[in-house]
Amino acid sequence: MQAETRSRPPVDWTRLIKDAGFAAAIAFGLFALLVGLKTDQTLNNQMILVPRPQTLFALVAAVFVGRLLIGYWQATRAEGAARKKPRSNTMLKLEKYGLPVAVGFLVAYPLMVLFTVGPQGAIKWIDNFGIQILIYIMLGWGLNIVVGLAGLLDLGYVAFYAVGAYSYALFATSEPIKDFMAQIIGEGFWQAWAFWICLPVAGILAAFWGMLLGFPVLRLRGDYLAIVTLAFGEIIRLVLINWVEFSNGYAGISAIPRPSFFGIPFTAADNGFAATFGLEFSPIYRTIFLFYIILVLALVTAAVSMRLRRLPVGRAWEALREDEIACRSLGINTVNTKLTAFAIGAMFGGFAGAFFAARQGFISPESFVFHESAQILAIVVLGGMGSLLGVVIASILLVGGVEILRELDFLKQVFGDGFDPAQYRMLIFGICMVLMMLWKPRGLISAREPTVYLKEKKAVSADLVQEGHG
Amino acid sequence: MEVLVQQLINGVTLGAVYGLIAIGYTMVFGIIGMVNFAHGDVFMISAFIALIVFLAVTALAGLSGGVVFLALLAALIVSMVITSLYAWTIERIAYRKLRGSFRLAPLISAIGMSILLMNYVQVAQGSRNKPIPPVMRDTIPLFEQNGFVVAVSYKQVLIIAVTALLLGLFWYVVQKTPLGRAQRACEQDQKMAALLGINVDRTISITFVIGAALAAVAGTMFLTYYGVVVFSDGFVPGVKAFTAAVLGGIGSLPGAVLGGLLIGLIETLWSAYFSIDYKDVAAFSILAVVLVFMPQGLLGKPEVEKV
Repeated sequence: MQAETRSRPPVDWTRLIKDAGFAAAIAFGLFALLVGLKTDQTLNNQMILVPRPQTLFALVAAVFVGRLLIGYWQATRAEGAARKKPRSNTMLKLEKYGLPVAVGFLVAYPLMVLFTVGPQGAIKWIDNFGIQILIYIMLGWGLNIVVGLAGLLDLGYVAFYAVGAYSYALFATSEPIKDFMAQIIGEGFWQAWAFWICLPVAGILAAFWGMLLGFPVLRLRGDYLAIVTLAFGEIIRLVLINWVEFSNGYAGISAIPRPSFFGIPFTAADNGFAATFGLEFSPIYRTIFLFYIILVLALVTAAVSMRLRRLPVGRAWEALREDEIACRSLGINTVNTKLTAFAIGAMFGGFAGAFFAARQGFISPESFVFHESAQILAIVVLGGMGSLLGVVIASILLVGGVEILRELDFLKQVFGDGFDPAQYRMLIFGICMVLMMLWKPRGLISAREPTVYLKEKKAVSADLVQEGHG
Repeated sequence: MEVLVQQLINGVTLGAVYGLIAIGYTMVFGIIGMVNFAHGDVFMISAFIALIVFLAVTALAGLSGGVVFLALLAALIVSMVITSLYAWTIERIAYRKLRGSFRLAPLISAIGMSILLMNYVQVAQGSRNKPIPPVMRDTIPLFEQNGFVVAVSYKQVLIIAVTALLLGLFWYVVQKTPLGRAQRACEQDQKMAALLGINVDRTISITFVIGAALAAVAGTMFLTYYGVVVFSDGFVPGVKAFTAAVLGGIGSLPGAVLGGLLIGLIETLWSAYFSIDYKDVAAFSILAVVLVFMPQGLLGKPEVEKV
């Protein structure tokens, strides 16, 4: 408080304006060609250039004003900055009490939505926001085991998601299995139970692939590991595209059976869910059921990773993250430690993949591009590596924030009818990723809870935690 | 035999493009130890700038032989300048503050930057393929065997010549000028270099600028060679160029060029003799195999593990 009573030095406006002018000049250089001129194709396939001076001017002006504001903010803030000391224990408390609150909210979410917007509007809110965000929360928690706990940077996590999705899709749509099941148990059995039987299979297969891909990269660390996992992710996607007999290539797999309510399908038929429970048929039941499936799957992931942290293997992961050489000198088997991390992380990716295939009813390699891996990794890192609550916050911000852009129809009135906010989704996503890193490089919740402590728990500030080489 | 020679010519051309991009990766990795994930997208942006300049010049002056050459030259120079400006801005905004921060932060920032650049171009220029009018279609027949004419096109000659020329220039800058010395000094020890009066920030900025300028050459060549560019063209060439840098030994400049040529040759030969569908799989597999079995690459120094 003392700092504010002291008189501030006057803001140096000439310098600020000079700075902003410089930034605007750079912006003009950057945008003059790429934004100022739009390439277009005429009807007879000729390329022409359409000038867009207004857009260019608006952008440059925005940069000027933005730089001016940032400069002003920095000049006025500079004094008070030193006195602020973050208290990391508050974040730890938030994690302790925030998680049950978040879980309670999630459990009640579909019902809340149902009562506020009614069954018609609720599907969109439960599906696009609830389920979509929960899938990413689950993937984030799964990847958190590999990246956050074991410190192995994985840029190809989407490969395991794909393995899970394709294993469920291929098994569930396979005719021989269906016929075989029809012969021994009964017609329609496979259609109804495929999801529940294939879910563990998908997880096991993904874990198997995790070990398979984990083996060759054991010796690598840091950025190199990231690039090799990226390469593996791309290889799996390219094989899915090109091996048409196996995966149907770009066309993907459609008509994947949807999950049933433990044998009771969500159809309008007499043996369907609605008829069995004496309800009026509505697609909302399936959506709500899917929401709870993914919620349970995600919570299992969280519970497992929380418990694993307290087991010897979890401690070995964290030790590995902090210092691999020290870890090896203490006799920890780094090979097994790394492989278990890869396998368990991949397994949860596989579960999420199987759920994704079941929810969509259609999958194609397009859903498993590198960008997805980047998004999941961004969620883990933005949330703060190793923090479960951080992953939840980051998924809501990134996935939900991007989804909400689709809803901003009023922007059309501001920018004209041709303006489609959804078009800017990924652009804004990229900007957010960079800004978040600049603002909080260690993520939102960066303090760590110690696993072993004397008397009382004290959060370990991120600055004191030195992660090893990966 | 005749097919092989033709494929070797094509492979060297492609390899020249990869080599030019790979230098950007290898220099940045050498000096600040980060994988500049956005470099592939910087390459794509340079191709777009070249496209726009080329279209602007030919729209004003027509499509006759001399004009096309001038238009390409203008595209090359403008693209190099503006792409450098992009790289400078990117380093300034997204990387500088994160230098010396937590290890993953610059990588995530670079991935975000890559997504940003790709979608920026998509929003600004649309998501369709952007072709240029076919230029320099003539070829020089070298020899004929079994009815198959082995030919090298003017484009290929141009690409290989320009690449060789610029690589020579670049080599001179790094080896013989004060700038290059400063760069190599920063690569070895930034603190010591700073103590000896080298402006480390400036040197790192210039490293980014040089890498981007070479990527712009690659972008212009890529546009001339394939005649088409699309907003997502940064990713795959970027990863392949990174593969080239790793194959040659990351941090080593001749290694980057050698790696680029090898990757170009492997890709064209693989497409010619095995399957064109799996050419990217081949490139990615090489990346994985090299990193796993030979992480120091062909010309790189082995990494010493310090406790």
